[in-house]
Amino acid sequence: MTAYLKLDHIDKTFTRGAATTEVLKDINLTIERGEYVSIIGHSGCGKSTLLNIVAGLTRATIGGVLLEDREVNSPGPDRAVVFQNHSLLPWLTVYQNVRLGVDKVFSKTKSRTERHDWTLHNLNLVQMAHAADKRPSEISGGMKQRVGIARALAMEPKVLLLDEPFGALDALTRAHLQDSVMALHQKLNNTILMITHDVDEAVLLSDRIVMMTNGPSARIGEVLEVPLPHPRKRLELATNATYLKCRQRVLEFLYERHRYIEAA
Amino acid sequence: MSMTALKSETETVTVLAPPPSAVVAMRPKPQPRADKYLKAARETAARVIPPLLVVTLLMVFWELVCRQAGSALPPPSKVYSDTKELIFDPFFDHGGIDKGLFWHLSASLQRVALGYSLAAIVGVALGTLVGQSVWAMRGLDPIFQVLRTIPPLAWLPLALAAFRDGQPSAIFVIFITSIWPIIINTAVGIRNIPQDYRNVAAVVQLNPLEFFTKVMLPSAAPYIFTGLRIGIGLSWLAIIAAEMLIGGVGIGFFIWDAWNSSHISEIILALFYVGIVGFVLDRMIAGLGRIVTHGTSAG
Repeated sequence: MTAYLKLDHIDKTFTRGAATTEVLKDINLTIERGEYVSIIGHSGCGKSTLLNIVAGLTRATIGGVLLEDREVNSPGPDRAVVFQNHSLLPWLTVYQNVRLGVDKVFSKTKSRTERHDWTLHNLNLVQMAHAADKRPSEISGGMKQRVGIARALAMEPKVLLLDEPFGALDALTRAHLQDSVMALHQKLNNTILMITHDVDEAVLLSDRIVMMTNGPSARIGEVLEVPLPHPRKRLELATNATYLKCRQRVLEFLYERHRYIEAA
Repeated sequence: MSMTALKSETETVTVLAPPPSAVVAMRPKPQPRADKYLKAARETAARVIPPLLVVTLLMVFWELVCRQAGSALPPPSKVYSDTKELIFDPFFDHGGIDKGLFWHLSASLQRVALGYSLAAIVGVALGTLVGQSVWAMRGLDPIFQVLRTIPPLAWLPLALAAFRDGQPSAIFVIFITSIWPIIINTAVGIRNIPQDYRNVAAVVQLNPLEFFTKVMLPSAAPYIFTGLRIGIGLSWLAIIAAEMLIGGVGIGFFIWDAWNSSHISEIILALFYVGIVGFVLDRMIAGLGRIVTHGTSAG
């Protein structure tokens, strides 16, 4: 198996004064090109920390991240992040928010007009071209997240990192956006690593689900393949035996074997 | 004429209770533009009439109190008759310091413009440094906290000793007075930049200069403008006092000179102008802030 993205023996400890907390313990994971992998776990298990390490926003204490056999330890557009709370810059328009990344990544390889077209093309991908000149405060939460996805896609990342991208949205908007992400993955065949705490979302979208044990010292408890062909249809899957079995496996893992322990 | 017509109409509408919407609905097809103007006029009237009323009442009160013989201060009517020349001819120039009020105000404003601009540039730069670097904050903040409590005029003798001239000393006093709120507010603004924005900048790989202009300044702009607004107020306070001491052309010295020649009416007129100019300066910075920070508030 050729590892496209490789998380190699990652440990992470936070030190505050004399107290040290081990958050992640010996995380190993290889992801192939074009694969959609979800990481699921209870809150506080360090899954966001893990994503930040892959993004380069946090350094691993031990171990590292290899992307195409090269170590990456600082943030960069090759691992674009879609943040949970969209993180659009409120003083820029939708267009300018996407263009900011485009201008940086393609400053040498694309002309001004090409960058303009590329920005609009990516807004079109997420059906947000109509709001190009609006500011983030003028559009809905779901639309903001679409723009966040467009901004990340526009940087042509090798790996797209989604940090609970639909967590802050209502159920209907979330379903709608999940369908959009599925369609985009189908069309562009990106490599995607997604953090989530939603079992249905994980099973619906992913090729593999990485289940994390509870922290402290969270580790990968189990990796589940979801052998469902793409494109997947939400309604058909509701009664699909494989889907239900996968869902059952994840639920068992989360609620029986690694039940969430209330923090004391 | 039309003003009075509008005013009376507004008053009848507000006093006689029918809500404005009812008045509008009664017309068959209201012209949207005329409607808009009417609404704007109403809003303006609602904002302008109360202060006008209060000012009129105060003037009447002042006139009544200071009218009696032996009053130490002149009533408004006397202030007006004494200073008519100054009011209607602000541009005369008889050489020396015998100039119209326009020239005095403009000299003061030039000093403020220079000192304040310097303070704004240096203040935002230092504030960014202190907000961004923990070590800079630890090193500089205690010094700022002590220096900022020094009253503006206490700096003047030192400035005179250093520059040996009134003009740069006055500018220095403006600078040193207005810089502290700019530094402190900028630092708070920079410290309050959400981690999210920093993460975005890191992923996009903005270089430090781009980060400063595209993320830091816009994100901290509301704080920076709060500092700038306090700063302009302080510098206008300081220039009047400083000019009283350094002399020459300037509204501060004009007041001092009028006091020395017992022209009380001229003092009152000058105070009026000082107040108006201070108000306009404050509004200018506030308006500029509104334009610049348009859309900065997160939604």
